[in-house]
Amino acid sequence: MCLAIPGKVVETFVHEGMHMARVQFGGVTREACLDYVPETQVGEYVLVHVGFAISRVDEEEAQKTYAALAELDQLSELDAPVVDEAPGTGSTTGSRTGSRTGSRTSS
Amino acid sequence: MKYLDEYRDGDIAAKLVERIKRAQTKPWVIMEVCGGQTHSIVKNGIDHLLPKGVELVHGPGCPVCVTPLEMIDKAHAIARRPDVIFCSFGDMLRVPGSDGDLFSIKSQGGDVRVVYSPLDCLKIARANPDKQVVFFAIGFETTAPANAMLAWQARQNGMTNVSLLVSHVLVPPAIEAILSSPQNRVQGFLGPGHVCAVVGYTEYEPLAARFHVPIVVTGFEPLDILEGVLMVVEQLESGRGEVENQYSRILARGGNQPAQDLIAKVFEVSDRKWRGVGTIPRSGFQLRADFHDFDAERRFNVHAIDTMEPEICIAGQILQGIKKPHDCPAFGNPCTPQHPLGATMVSAEGACAAYYAYGRHLKDADLVMIGANGHGHN
Repeated sequence: MCLAIPGKVVETFVHEGMHMARVQFGGVTREACLDYVPETQVGEYVLVHVGFAISRVDEEEAQKTYAALAELDQLSELDAPVVDEAPGTGSTTGSRTGSRTGSRTSS
Repeated sequence: MKYLDEYRDGDIAAKLVERIKRAQTKPWVIMEVCGGQTHSIVKNGIDHLLPKGVELVHGPGCPVCVTPLEMIDKAHAIARRPDVIFCSFGDMLRVPGSDGDLFSIKSQGGDVRVVYSPLDCLKIARANPDKQVVFFAIGFETTAPANAMLAWQARQNGMTNVSLLVSHVLVPPAIEAILSSPQNRVQGFLGPGHVCAVVGYTEYEPLAARFHVPIVVTGFEPLDILEGVLMVVEQLESGRGEVENQYSRILARGGNQPAQDLIAKVFEVSDRKWRGVGTIPRSGFQLRADFHDFDAERRFNVHAIDTMEPEICIAGQILQGIKKPHDCPAFGNPCTPQHPLGATMVSAEGACAAYYAYGRHLKDADLVMIGANGHGHN
């Protein structure tokens, strides 16, 4: 569980003083805290560990790493239930299973 | 799948293996520190691709595996309370304590919840003001910024119904303990990539110098691991003992400074007990005095719980690279992922679980080639 998962920042917002983002991982979008990589912009890729971005990565590296993690069955933390996400952002996780060949890994 | 195919290209792997064979003239024992690396090595059969003179042994870098039994028992004592919502990462649910696991407490009516992020606990606490929300804050340095933020936010927002059961461990003191042991066989290390993305690798430099041992900070993908092994072997063969960074596309020497700043505000270094290993001095984090109000051990008075490890499980020796899973008489029978005796059989990053998942409990385990489908995978 020390592995961090790369995802694309699709939206940023401030919640209770924290820089937050919606980050897209394959077919799943989850919230992540950007306080540790505050310079991150929408459209960029970050490595996320338990809801916190710890490093920025380029798109090609993100694609490679995501594919490798999928291959290693190391994406299960994304399946943890969503807890009452921020207002207006919905609360649907969808299913990661079967969505890995979506836009991220096929491009 | 373009990138995956490119990255796991068998030709590149074969060339790296050939370079390792050419570089290696003497037998060497190399430890991969991170459980994610262990999983990748076993799944892809990387240890079988290497020349016989290069032995990989598996290190302590699986946080679920090294969380001591007494801390699991403290978690269970708290989780059984009717006034508590106990939150944990999913990996911890099936880790056996002295009497069952968190999953069994949940089935007996305990409110045990799996969370994605420590920050979820803030939302749960706000939605349940009449309950105490306790987070099982385990992990290595990679997870420390997330757990630190939970404590920081709870204090900033004056939340009285949030606390953390902290069982945080650190990699460099574990490496030091392994190298200092009279039983040590390890001559070089693949360092943990994502741990170093947070804290950098300056702390490894005095270790490499003092023990004259190569430490190559390495990623977890098959080609990363092969390249890391090559860099360690080249250092060993040329008599060098330095820190090198195989994973420079992800991390720099200094790591993530904002994350380190918040860790330092919330946590301080303390002695920690490691499951199966015992206490290692200054090998973990505890909450600083400013945050004692958020310390679940104090809030629920579970300090006195002290548990002995079961004798049959040899996880402690496996985590130090002294033994391998199939050296254990219980491996595969009776100890399996369905009925684990120790935590290394629970987490996917534990050496025993990885060996079991990829058929290493069978005799004459087949060679698993890079690029082949996961043979023997359940």
